[in-house]
Amino acid sequence: MKEFKGNVLFLDRSDINTDEIIPARYLTEIEKIALKPHLLEDLKIHGFDPKKDIEANSMIVTRANFGCGSSREHAPWALEVNGIQVVIAESFARIFRQNMFNCGMPAIELPENEINEIFNIFSNDKTHISLDIEKGQMTLQSEHQTRTTDFSISEFDKALIQTGGWVEYADQHY
Amino acid sequence: MGKTIAEKIFETHLVDEPFGDVSVLRLDRVFCHEITTPTAIQDLAARGKDRVFDPDKIKVVIDHVSPAKDSKTALQGKILREWAGRNGIKDFFDIGRNGVCHVLFPEKGFVRPGFTIIMGDSHTCTHGAFGAFAAGVGTTDLEVGILKGVCAFKKPETYKIEIIGTLRKGVFAKDIILKIIQELTVNGATNRVIEFRGKIVDEMNMDQRMTLCNMAVEAGATCGICLPDMTTVDYLWEFIKDQYHDKKEAFNAFAGFRSDDDADYAETKTIDVSKLEPLTTYGYRPDNVKPVSEMKGTKIDQVYIGSCTNGRLEDLRIAAKVLEGHIISDHVRGIVSPATPKIYVEAMEEGILKIFMDSGFCVTNPTCGACLGMSNGVLAAGEVAASTTNRNFNGRMGKGGMVHLMSPATAAASAIKGEISNSSLFIGN
Ligand code: SF4
Repeated sequence: MKEFKGNVLFLDRSDINTDEIIPARYLTEIEKIALKPHLLEDLKIHGFDPKKDIEANSMIVTRANFGCGSSREHAPWALEVNGIQVVIAESFARIFRQNMFNCGMPAIELPENEINEIFNIFSNDKTHISLDIEKGQMTLQSEHQTRTTDFSISEFDKALIQTGGWVEYADQHY
Repeated sequence: MGKTIAEKIFETHLVDEPFGDVSVLRLDRVFCHEITTPTAIQDLAARGKDRVFDPDKIKVVIDHVSPAKDSKTALQGKILREWAGRNGIKDFFDIGRNGVCHVLFPEKGFVRPGFTIIMGDSHTCTHGAFGAFAAGVGTTDLEVGILKGVCAFKKPETYKIEIIGTLRKGVFAKDIILKIIQELTVNGATNRVIEFRGKIVDEMNMDQRMTLCNMAVEAGATCGICLPDMTTVDYLWEFIKDQYHDKKEAFNAFAGFRSDDDADYAETKTIDVSKLEPLTTYGYRPDNVKPVSEMKGTKIDQVYIGSCTNGRLEDLRIAAKVLEGHIISDHVRGIVSPATPKIYVEAMEEGILKIFMDSGFCVTNPTCGACLGMSNGVLAAGEVAASTTNRNFNGRMGKGGMVHLMSPATAAASAIKGEISNSSLFIGN
């Protein structure tokens, strides 16, 4: 099973929508890579600067209803071309969550209190996460703290990550 | 235990249950537009799978940016056009025949009760107004839909919303759905189907039901759905009259999909709309909703009447009724976009477009345009729009712009006043 690990970008707000992840004005792009400079361009969170804070991170930890709004798969693509492969949140909008797994990228849900704890303990420090999809376990690590958390992921979502996405799976099976 | 309409549609379309909680469904329709489909087409081609499962079940339109505004949007149209051509897709609607997808496709008779429909567009939930299971999907799901005619869904729970009472004059389906989103919040119905029920829904025509279902996704829902009834049959009759003896027979065929009385719902809510007054949004989330009366005096720069939420003939009629004999404020730019050519022609024949133009509105061709801030009325930073569309996200109609969502009546009244204002049709309080 593919390994997922890297440094964390904390986005401390609920309901971050796909217009904030990648604005509609870039939907005329046909190549994914053209989305790269525009990820989270319209997101206004105190202390967050998309120009500086995205680089060097490959995980996002955020709050409820991440990815609401438009169905654009440009949102996970914009993450992907910036090297962000995993989003961990209290909850996701349905289409965004499915788009992530369809691209072979995990969208992991944790209970509200666990997300609160993680924000409390880690969000002010440089934090690293490694994900064990098979075991359903993640390890968070900062200079001062280490924490292990279980998560659940359906067999279908695992299969999508394993086969490299839904197109190949569906073409083989249906 | 009885079943909901969504459960019945799932059962009749089930192809596979590969992992327990996932249902792979056979699709009756795959709808496509030029923003999300070209990337799917190119990925399929790159995988050596440039095929379609059934050209007759795929319906295609160029609607988001039409006419093309630059080389990039022209290329999106070109990719779609050539793909439809080489795959024998006959129902392809290009400029001159095109309109906003969720208005055009029902108008063409492509939606039927009990259908499963996907599209790479979150407002696909609109088609639930006909008693179909219609869901927005991303590009990968769309690719698989195009290639194999299937899509995977988690078994949806249903949230039943009963709408009762008597609607006051000047209060519309748009106000009802804003009220529902306010109560449910933006993720109150995530992974659920909203079933709209009750006397008010029974009395609505199809245009109003589409307005209701259109915004179900703003509460997170997979689909909004109304039960098929005689109103549905009447709307569809011109398309189905060869298949059934009479309307009664058609109704009986569709009635099989109606939810059973003893169906099981995840949650039920009753909303009495008797006291409802016209509503509008204030922040950057569609559940930030207030009565128009509390937003009075909010200055606006642009009014937009159109979109898949409120660009239908009835919407234009209502707005024209408010506008007739008035000139819009001289600091407001008024833009109206009839959602399809048919609506455009009917509005022209009824004299509605003249009323709009006499009042100072610009009438544009059918397109999504300003709704998603790509063309046809993009806002400048700091500008404020009163709009009949469905999303008020930060930057939605242009970077740094603010959007207030409202009914066509309120939008027209606000255009005259130059600030957010109740229409003369509403005699409340
Ligand atoms: S009118 Fe607006 S919401 Fe509707 S399909 Fe077009 S862009 Fe989307």
